[in-house]
Amino acid sequence: MADKGKFAMYWAASCGGCEIAVLNIGEKILDVDANFDIVFWPCAADFKYKDVEGYPDGYIDLCLFNGAIRTSENEEMAHLLRQKSKILVAFGSCAYEGCIPALANLTSKEAIFRTAYLESPSTENPDGVLPQPVTQVPEGELHIPEFYETVKSLDQVVSVDYYIPGCPPEPHQIIAVLDAIIQGAELPPPGSIIGAGTVAVCEECPLEKHEKAIKRIYRPYEKRPEPGICLLEQGIICLGPATRSGCGARCPQVGMGCRGCYGPLDGVEDQGAKFLSAIASVIDVGEPGGEEADLDREIEAVMESLADPAGTFYRFSMAHSLLRRARVNGSGDGEGGTA
Amino acid sequence: MSDTYEPVIVGFLCNWCSYRAADLAGTSRLHYAPNMRPIRVMCSARVDPQFVLKALREGADGVLIAGCHPGECHYVEGNIKALRRYKLLQRLLAQFGIEPERVQIVWASASEGNVLAEAVDRMVEQLRALGPLRWQETVLGGDGHGPVEAGEPAAEEV
Repeated sequence: MADKGKFAMYWAASCGGCEIAVLNIGEKILDVDANFDIVFWPCAADFKYKDVEGYPDGYIDLCLFNGAIRTSENEEMAHLLRQKSKILVAFGSCAYEGCIPALANLTSKEAIFRTAYLESPSTENPDGVLPQPVTQVPEGELHIPEFYETVKSLDQVVSVDYYIPGCPPEPHQIIAVLDAIIQGAELPPPGSIIGAGTVAVCEECPLEKHEKAIKRIYRPYEKRPEPGICLLEQGIICLGPATRSGCGARCPQVGMGCRGCYGPLDGVEDQGAKFLSAIASVIDVGEPGGEEADLDREIEAVMESLADPAGTFYRFSMAHSLLRRARVNGSGDGEGGTA
Repeated sequence: MSDTYEPVIVGFLCNWCSYRAADLAGTSRLHYAPNMRPIRVMCSARVDPQFVLKALREGADGVLIAGCHPGECHYVEGNIKALRRYKLLQRLLAQFGIEPERVQIVWASASEGNVLAEAVDRMVEQLRALGPLRWQETVLGGDGHGPVEAGEPAAEEV
């Protein structure tokens, strides 16, 4: 059994869905077991950080790292696993580009703590105690990880060999990647995005598409989508045009607009900006040649129906976007909303 | 190094109207603020919102998009597309805490060198009042994990 590869999987700031996605590959998980020794996988096997520290550098052949970098613990583990792994994969949208945890970049650490520990209706905290990195107790000093102001993607902290996008990655994509590694296929150049397509989600999406011109934007609860017709055409936000394929367009097919979890297409740095272009292009401003003031008003009226543009366009890609976070110490209120 | 803050404006000027307006401003010897770095694009619709975000992140204090008046676009409706993007971008930027004055759109035809010059002058004054943006330092911070202390001026600006 000495020639088995060493497999590790770690979760930083994540929901655990990526672990489930790996377990969800069905009987293929037996191939993983047959070909790899699990040497670290907090969700599935009992190893300690100390065990990983004891491994020689490069001991782990394949490490799937999911989750964004939110705390000092996440960052330490990223450095440790980078040092111990031959192939480090940013697995899933959080590790790749921040995903939902990185939406916290639209606000501040202070505001997050205020909501979580002081103001939310279910919070009982009369003394207003907030988490402290260091606490003195009679027995000595207690340390907990530091909560960072800004959520980062894995590659903003350590170098990453491959990216597997998705929230979570689709089982068939995970199988394809694992199979390739198990069979010793030639690996793509480092930095590649694997386990995904190269075209937009729209190209995989079977919904019927016509000319798009929308007068208002509906939130999911406001409209029951008409089956078989492109959602964007119906005024329902769908990030398909600005999102990498590979998922099989599963969400739009059941009436849920694409949220963009497979990230931007090749050559695009900022998925949100690209989607902004796409949505701006489908806004109906009537016949050309109208008055400028009318034009302004019409555009504004449609925009008014779009709640939270930043949260919508950057739902999965905030940490990897061009601006990366909102300004909290400037004149912005850091609370979102419009000026 | 001057003692006063000079705003940097990245200007995207459309080939058919606004770049010619800038030319006209030059040949007419109009005096206006030299703070704009003009970039010629074929149409204001060519201005990908990514360009604007990148300019702001990489050190511009403001971005000016200039194109033909609505109804006069060389590509019929390119400027309307630019306008729609601009309106949405303004909402997005507000959520990031970026003041609306930092990104502006102006229509200046080939004969309106003065309109372009006035827009630049006005924008420079507005940016002067707002102060520098310095996104890399003040928002992304040294290690990117948090902003540096507010009000701490960068060495080259004092």
